[in-house]
Amino acid sequence: MAKQYETVIGLEVHVELATKTKIFCGCSTRFGGAVNSHTCPVCTGMPGALPVLNKKVVKFAIALGKATNCTITQYCRFDRKNYFYPDNPQNYQISQLYLPICRDGHIDVETSNGTKTIRIHEMHMEEDAGKLIHDNYEDCSLVDYNRSGVPLIEIVSEPDMRTADEVIAYLEKLRMICQYLGVSDCKLQEGSMRADVNLSVREIGSEKLGTRTEMKNLNSFKAILHAIEGERERQIELLESGREIIQETRRWDDNKEASFTMRSKEDAKDYRYFPEPDLQPILISDQWIDEIKAKQPEFQPEKAERYKEEYGLSDYDTDILTQNRHMADMFEETAKLCGNPKKAANWFMGEVLRTLKDKAMDPEELTFSPKNLAAIIKAMDEGKINQGNAQKVFAQVFISDVEPLAYMEEHGLMMVSDAGAIEKVVDEVLAENEGVIADYHNGKDKAFGFLVGQVMKKMKGKGDPAKVNEVLKGKL
Amino acid sequence: MSEIMMDDNGEKKIDDKTMDNVEILAKLALTGEERYKAMAEMEKILSYVDKLNELDTKDVEPLVHVMPHTNVFREDEIENDDGAEATLSNAPKKKENQFMVPKTV
Repeated sequence: MAKQYETVIGLEVHVELATKTKIFCGCSTRFGGAVNSHTCPVCTGMPGALPVLNKKVVKFAIALGKATNCTITQYCRFDRKNYFYPDNPQNYQISQLYLPICRDGHIDVETSNGTKTIRIHEMHMEEDAGKLIHDNYEDCSLVDYNRSGVPLIEIVSEPDMRTADEVIAYLEKLRMICQYLGVSDCKLQEGSMRADVNLSVREIGSEKLGTRTEMKNLNSFKAILHAIEGERERQIELLESGREIIQETRRWDDNKEASFTMRSKEDAKDYRYFPEPDLQPILISDQWIDEIKAKQPEFQPEKAERYKEEYGLSDYDTDILTQNRHMADMFEETAKLCGNPKKAANWFMGEVLRTLKDKAMDPEELTFSPKNLAAIIKAMDEGKINQGNAQKVFAQVFISDVEPLAYMEEHGLMMVSDAGAIEKVVDEVLAENEGVIADYHNGKDKAFGFLVGQVMKKMKGKGDPAKVNEVLKGKL
Repeated sequence: MSEIMMDDNGEKKIDDKTMDNVEILAKLALTGEERYKAMAEMEKILSYVDKLNELDTKDVEPLVHVMPHTNVFREDEIENDDGAEATLSNAPKKKENQFMVPKTV
């Protein structure tokens, strides 16, 4: 019988923190600024420049640590990691090795086989590097240091994952926790969340870990899935043919859908870490931790539970509505303003999600005002607008946050409930349908419905149905 | 030229293997003579620092910072304007507001 293998996976996840400024200087962290505009002597490693720690980074790290059941290292420090590379202007990265801020945590993730606990080995604070772009004309590289010094938290898991599904579930859970805390937007495509995958295989039943490789440059869940499958197969093939797995760093190539060894010279791993002399130690008091803990938001499981109880929503709806905190906040605000949580939920589950999907947008990018969606829902309740036109108005609210009532007025989307206007159309319809009127008087119920339909058609669906019924009944 | 020193056991502290590693890590490519000189100087530095080994430090806590300060923080407020011009003012080579460096993969 062929040997059965299991995959053993640990992750190193970097999240870029949502601070306004860099970790050691007052330069902006905004994504997409003009090249090198967000730079100063500190984040470009100029001689003599001194780093000063951004307090918010420590707060975020403590918040994330507490949300993932970590122990906070109450006396912690930074260390220098030395290496030469053009994206690293100091020739060292300020990171944490000996006293990382968080240790020994865990989170529970939902997988197809039920709940699984993934342990977190440690989390440390560090600075990001600059960005290298290859220039084909000059056959050289160009460096932009806007990202240099942007704060990162690296989250190192234990090798507790066995399948790609578990890896994705773990990443999604981490992303959700970070987004709920507001510590990071965790966008894989923009690089604000990056995952390095450490993977080894071993025969099922074996307790000993196999030789692992580290895979870098995974920019999407799809790339992570494919990289895990590919690397598992590559390692099993090596073992089956009696060859050895080399412990190395491999770079994933998204276009080629394969991984390649990074040059061994780059991989000559000796970072000569030593304590960072330019930064003073951090003392984290019990009181500081308690303050941060007291400010933790309501997380997804509790929020979902509350939606079920308070609003009477289904498991399915609550689960989807709470996946993103920004969207959940908007939903709650809409529900409060329109006074009808179920209808608000229907709008989010329907139009909002559909529009996001059509525009390939992330829930994080929703910008319309809840009061405007609430106004549409109210207008429908009051019979001022029909479903189809409400959707048209919402499309405008979604794009440019228009004021719905004014927009409806301006574009003639309001229901007509003016008795005079309705009467005029009813008279027209009655004049054109004498035969049907006779049917009605002979007791054919369908005839009335037909006449209502004709009136609505002439009014392009904007007649207030109750009013139309009333006027028609009167005339007949 | 300096002499390469031996330790108490008559062994070199900086042997060829160590020097190879140093060259890789420091991205240096030294000629034979430069390399010999560098090895000798590094030997000297190590021997000088060796003096510290004469002290008994068994019960001494490693000292990282001389000053007694902790929690030196700044608030998360933007303090710097567009720094591109100043940052690039001493760049040996630049293109479109970026540093130009040898091709790096």
